[in-house]
Amino acid sequence: MSKKIVSVWTSIPFWRRSAGWVTGFAAILLIWLTFDSLGQISMGTDEDLKNGITKRVPAPTVINYKITYEMDKKRGHEVPIIGEKEKFFGRDNWSKEEARELLHLGKLASQAKNCMNCHTLLGNGAYYAPDLTKAWLDPAWGPNGSYIPMTNSKTKEEAMSKFLQNPSLYPSHERMMPNLGITEKEAMGLVAFLKHMSSIDTNGFPRNFGRMSTDGVTGAIHGK
Amino acid sequence: MVNNLKFESQKLAINYFIVAAILFGAQLMMGLIAATQFLYPSFLFETFDFSVARMVHINALVVWMLYAMIGSVYYLIPEETGIETVGIKLGKIAFYILTAAVTVVVLVYILVQVGPAEESTIWFINEGREYIEAPRWADIGIVVVVLVFVFNLFATAMKGERTGIMTVLMADVLALAGLYLAGMFFTDNISMDQYWWWWVIHLWVEATWEVFVGCLAAYGLIKMIGARREVVEMWLWIEVAMLFGSGILGLGHHYFWIGTPEYWWEIGALFSALEPVPLVAMFVHVIYDWGKETGLKGDTNEKTMNNTPAFAWFVTNAFGNFLGAGVWGFFHTLPQVNIYTHGTQFTSAHGHLAFFGAYATILIGMFYLGVQGKNGIKVMKSTFASKMAISLITIGVLGMTVSLTVAGYGQVLVERAQMGATWEAFFVSQNLVWFVQGLGWRLALGIVTFIGFLFLIKDLLTISKRYRQVTI
Repeated sequence: MSKKIVSVWTSIPFWRRSAGWVTGFAAILLIWLTFDSLGQISMGTDEDLKNGITKRVPAPTVINYKITYEMDKKRGHEVPIIGEKEKFFGRDNWSKEEARELLHLGKLASQAKNCMNCHTLLGNGAYYAPDLTKAWLDPAWGPNGSYIPMTNSKTKEEAMSKFLQNPSLYPSHERMMPNLGITEKEAMGLVAFLKHMSSIDTNGFPRNFGRMSTDGVTGAIHGK
Repeated sequence: MVNNLKFESQKLAINYFIVAAILFGAQLMMGLIAATQFLYPSFLFETFDFSVARMVHINALVVWMLYAMIGSVYYLIPEETGIETVGIKLGKIAFYILTAAVTVVVLVYILVQVGPAEESTIWFINEGREYIEAPRWADIGIVVVVLVFVFNLFATAMKGERTGIMTVLMADVLALAGLYLAGMFFTDNISMDQYWWWWVIHLWVEATWEVFVGCLAAYGLIKMIGARREVVEMWLWIEVAMLFGSGILGLGHHYFWIGTPEYWWEIGALFSALEPVPLVAMFVHVIYDWGKETGLKGDTNEKTMNNTPAFAWFVTNAFGNFLGAGVWGFFHTLPQVNIYTHGTQFTSAHGHLAFFGAYATILIGMFYLGVQGKNGIKVMKSTFASKMAISLITIGVLGMTVSLTVAGYGQVLVERAQMGATWEAFFVSQNLVWFVQGLGWRLALGIVTFIGFLFLIKDLLTISKRYRQVTI
């Protein structure tokens, strides 16, 4: 320095030390919180589901159960509720391995087909197509929605699977989904992935889900 | 082509800048395609879909910025340390490897697009994770190249003079490179996937990249207007403290809704609300130094400002960073707001102005410094093309941002607040008059931005012409 330092506020070493301490403190706090968060978002087990233990991210076998999205008075927003057994592609006894494999295939397909560059997953991605966070619970795909009759299906999973295999056959809106060469097996995996994603506790996102669905009551909210 | 640069390191920097400028053009082209598809969905349907256009749009953005950043470092290393970069031959080889890899990746994106749901797709076609779609083989290549770059930086700083700017750069580049590893694994758990994905994306663009910009701004102020190093480096350390102090835990604002615990609401809200503070500080500091240092050198008639176009971009950066990253980010960073705006065109609006204001501006400024150095120009003045470029690009991006904000506002009200975020709600919101018109304006202003880009390229290639006779 050309002149004598008269104040700590213009001293470079002081600010350098401050930067070091602040950065170090923030990084350590982030790492500590990360350990806690990772524990809380690691997948639950099949036993948790059988014993009614709530996990933020349930086990893959959650596909054997009915999922609804209901208001939690205490938390002040909707949370996913895992209910009684529900058939998924005609079965409600998918084993741990089968469910894990299905979810693995679906998650892999979601990346291989680049879903995130049109859709959002958990609200992250592109904004060209609907958010898929709770797509499994969406009234449009439900018993009174338009997609089951359009795809000439009996169940939600069948409708989703058919749509995914050949989206441009079902032009429901001007903005269409292109054909991505999704096979029947991949489509099944993707539907399992969507069902699993809808069971994740997202702290109430999206808010007021389905409050203005066409039939007013069914769909995700009062699904019981 | 004349080349007045004495250091190999700076010659390499020019190569990096050239590729960066080409990728910048590719980014804008892809943006225009995607913006057109928003209005005319049948445009290139099932040949070059929105997902592909957008993937190349955001990847070209990230890659051209990284190129320009690496180039900037190679450019300033010899000036800061006073010596030629150590291991520059290795650095040159790394540049050609990286450029070849990037070319292959982009061609595969465009020609192959998607693959079957197998591991091989993730290894060779694309990884399908927004911003870091680069397939795994390219990931590994990028890591190797970046290690060479880190080695160049560290070895030179240890051998030559180590200024404050160099010290900050070393720590920052090391963190930047290390963070990339967080995005190189596969998991079935989407919450876990997003948790680590944000370590790359957020800790890059809201922490390490911002500190990088601080370093470039410090270097530019010293170089262009002769600001005093002591003052500038003091400010730099203050900015580092504030940027990392808010940015690292500001990561929490991405952990509101992805399955992570509720305590991130408070942490994310508090620290991300502080994120604009250093951006205000940067702005004040640049403007203050500019005012203080402007005038004549000593008793001579020589002005202190020796690169007007570059400085104009640096000042645009100071303002754009605060506006795009600071104000537009703060708009919807609080969880009470974000639950409605998360994943809408609001996000897109913020993304456009933040990337442009915080990064594109200062990196374009570095391009101009490169042109000045390469042609050995003592005092470089703005031309008509320089002024057109900065005006049109800035008006274009700012206009796109405002358009997207209006569209996003309509979308949030109808899709999220009124109808509850369903499939049907989404499509209703996409057909709102405000939404459609907003996207129309976005496309129009995107074209304005592109015309500005053409002026920029013309200017970078021709600005040195009138100095040719005068220089050595």
